[in-house]
Amino acid sequence: MTPTTTSNTGQLPEWQRIKLIQNTKTRWFLAGVVVLYIIVTLFTLEVDWSRIASGLTRAGKMFAGMIPPDTSRLQLMFNGILESVQMALAASVFGMILAVPIGICGASNLVPKPVYIFGRSIIVLTRTFHEIIIAIFFVKIFGFGPLAGVLTLIVAGTSFIAKMVAEDIENMPPGHLEAIRATGASFPKLLLYCVAPQILPRYLGVSIYRLDANIRHSTVVGIVGAGGIGQTLAATFSRYDYDFSCTILIAIVALVFLGEIISSWIRSYLR
Amino acid sequence: MLELRNLSKVYPNGTKALDDVCLTVDQPQVVAIIGPSGAGKSTILRCINRLVDSSSGQVLLNGEDICSLSKSGLRKARRRIGMIFQEYNLVERLTVMENVLSGRLGYVGFWTAYRRKFPAEDIRTAFELLERVGLAGTQNARADALSGGQRQRVGIARAVIQAPDLLLVDEPTASLDPKTSRQIMRILVELSHERNTPSLINIHDVRLAQTFADRIIGLCGGKVVFDGLSSQITPEILTRIYGEEDWSTTIKKDTPEDNDGAVQASEELKDQGPEQAQQ
Amino acid sequence: MTRTETSSRYPDIWKKYTPVQTLLRYVGYMIAVFIAVWALSDLDITWFYFLDAHVQVADMLTRMWPPDAAFIQNLTKPLVETIHIATLGTASSVVIAFPLAFLAARNTTYNNLTWFIGRLILVTSRSVNTVVWGLLFVAIFGPGPVAGIWAIAFRSIGFVGKLISEAIEEIDPGVVEAMEATGASRLQVLMIGILPQVMPVIVGTTVYRWDINIRESTVLGFVGAGGIGILLYSSINQFLWREVTVTLIAIFGIVVLSELISATVRKKIS
Repeated sequence: MTPTTTSNTGQLPEWQRIKLIQNTKTRWFLAGVVVLYIIVTLFTLEVDWSRIASGLTRAGKMFAGMIPPDTSRLQLMFNGILESVQMALAASVFGMILAVPIGICGASNLVPKPVYIFGRSIIVLTRTFHEIIIAIFFVKIFGFGPLAGVLTLIVAGTSFIAKMVAEDIENMPPGHLEAIRATGASFPKLLLYCVAPQILPRYLGVSIYRLDANIRHSTVVGIVGAGGIGQTLAATFSRYDYDFSCTILIAIVALVFLGEIISSWIRSYLR
Repeated sequence: MLELRNLSKVYPNGTKALDDVCLTVDQPQVVAIIGPSGAGKSTILRCINRLVDSSSGQVLLNGEDICSLSKSGLRKARRRIGMIFQEYNLVERLTVMENVLSGRLGYVGFWTAYRRKFPAEDIRTAFELLERVGLAGTQNARADALSGGQRQRVGIARAVIQAPDLLLVDEPTASLDPKTSRQIMRILVELSHERNTPSLINIHDVRLAQTFADRIIGLCGGKVVFDGLSSQITPEILTRIYGEEDWSTTIKKDTPEDNDGAVQASEELKDQGPEQAQQ
Repeated sequence: MTRTETSSRYPDIWKKYTPVQTLLRYVGYMIAVFIAVWALSDLDITWFYFLDAHVQVADMLTRMWPPDAAFIQNLTKPLVETIHIATLGTASSVVIAFPLAFLAARNTTYNNLTWFIGRLILVTSRSVNTVVWGLLFVAIFGPGPVAGIWAIAFRSIGFVGKLISEAIEEIDPGVVEAMEATGASRLQVLMIGILPQVMPVIVGTTVYRWDINIRESTVLGFVGAGGIGILLYSSINQFLWREVTVTLIAIFGIVVLSELISATVRKKIS
């Protein structure tokens, strides 16, 4: 089969693959930037290569020490896990409740502008900083222990759910609000009858998801002293108690895994 | 009953949606508002219950100026105005009964609404209205499980349960097929006459307006260019109202099965056509 | 206008929920309240602290203002280090997660065992928090940014790998079928059949995770894994609140900036 040609010169038409970044120059430029970046960082970062090399052998020794995991202090570990779970549960319930007013304040189609700016600022501020930073502040105010942890998780959870709530409200068809307003309903009744039914399913789903995320985060706020299994874990590392660390790490993975399964089961039940 | 005095609305970008509109409805009649798109038909309805605030002028409902009311006064006034929407605007996740009862939200307290324990009188009226609009037995169905025509009927029930002094209807049939449109218009007109309530109906379809309304108001460019009985409408007047736009395109085509008398009337009107009127 | 007389033949009671449903709903509320109260009361909380908390907060806030402008010059190097940790960590994680994703996707894995192993690695990586990985790697490699890079990488593998494997599972199987029918090798099917379909997801996920990792890298210093966290931690522990404010503002700046970059790139891709 002879190839068909469209031009008189007998040349085949050209074709090119469609790439993600179309412009050839841009692609090569980006590639060059990437290579340059890697080289520059490797030189400028303070890297102690000898420590790295020895680190790998140290890792080997650590893992050897981690197995078999230490099962003698299970009670201590169990207390830490229980504390983490309790922190996560309490924080989830309170976070859910608090997120509603803050989310409403963050919806531009429901509240006047100053309130909207206030609500959105709270959400942005609390989401920008990692929960460990928030945890440290609570530790400084309330001292070591699970109180700081619960408060941290409440703050982190509330801002997450509130952001979802605000976005859901803003995405509502405006006609619904118009219709209920036209009957002469006051603002609380508007929320009750028009806003609540629309956001409820997603709100519940996000809150259950947050429960699972809170379990994950509760394991970490303990590192700065805010209670939970993280505190136990940090202590074992500072004591070089690596076999116990391994036990705790396995427990954390199992706990998080369990939390994920339970939360996705509840969410599929709600659907 | 309803009086609009020098009502004007100018949007921030300079568009004049309503220009010195004066209108009086002093008897329980069905008033259709027709006109080309952008003429201000939606705006005029929304300025009456202040879903949109007018720039100047007065809206007097039974002698009370709605434009000067406070927030709580406005809420009380809105209780007496029922509104029906083009997109039905039902709360989709709630049942039909809850949607109908939401018309009474202005009259019940917060906890009553939360517990859904509306007064017995309201519930009886709700059942009666559902049967009246042909939706008996659907009270527990979720609103988003209904067809367009059914949803609009729920919307009508919601507006009527307010026992309003005025019905505002914003393009009730724009999203419906011709047969359902006529059913809806029929229900609206019958309810309006039964309960002695004046209705202002925003309509895009000229034929429907002529068939069902007692009185027709033509809006063009925010001004009232015609105000008279529907029997007084002629093709010349329609051309004056619609100007550049061909008003015969607003009439929805029927399927052959429909054999209302209305079809014949509109055929006669269409035969004369806007082109003929210009001769 | 008066309401017409309603005949008494219409029912005057209507309930939204059946009695069983109402009971279940209230039981549900009770359970939630009970759980919250039990959890809270069982925790070792000294409620006494709430009494003067507002005083403490006010005190702390006054100490934090005005921000210590001179401190800014100490911040640039750690900030840059933070960005490096996030970037190199994310990049390494994508390199490792990419093959893992194929193992963890039902339609490209070899058999049930490889699928299980792939999923297990991804789940383990996700379950351990970045900071906890940081603890581990500081113990192995000593304090410094290298521990941070490994920590970021290990945590991100699970995130990136899961999303890529989900994208792989959602590809159009017809494309793969057609290519296999021409006799293409497994690798060729991969490059030309699968890769173009998942490439947008890979790039999008990488940028998304990079943005999250910037946030995570800011606190790795709390366990000694490099970045601006080291400065922040030491300032807080020395009660140098005005330095803390400057550091927080700097952190806020780069997090917001990275979110902007990530949103712009992801919008451009879709």
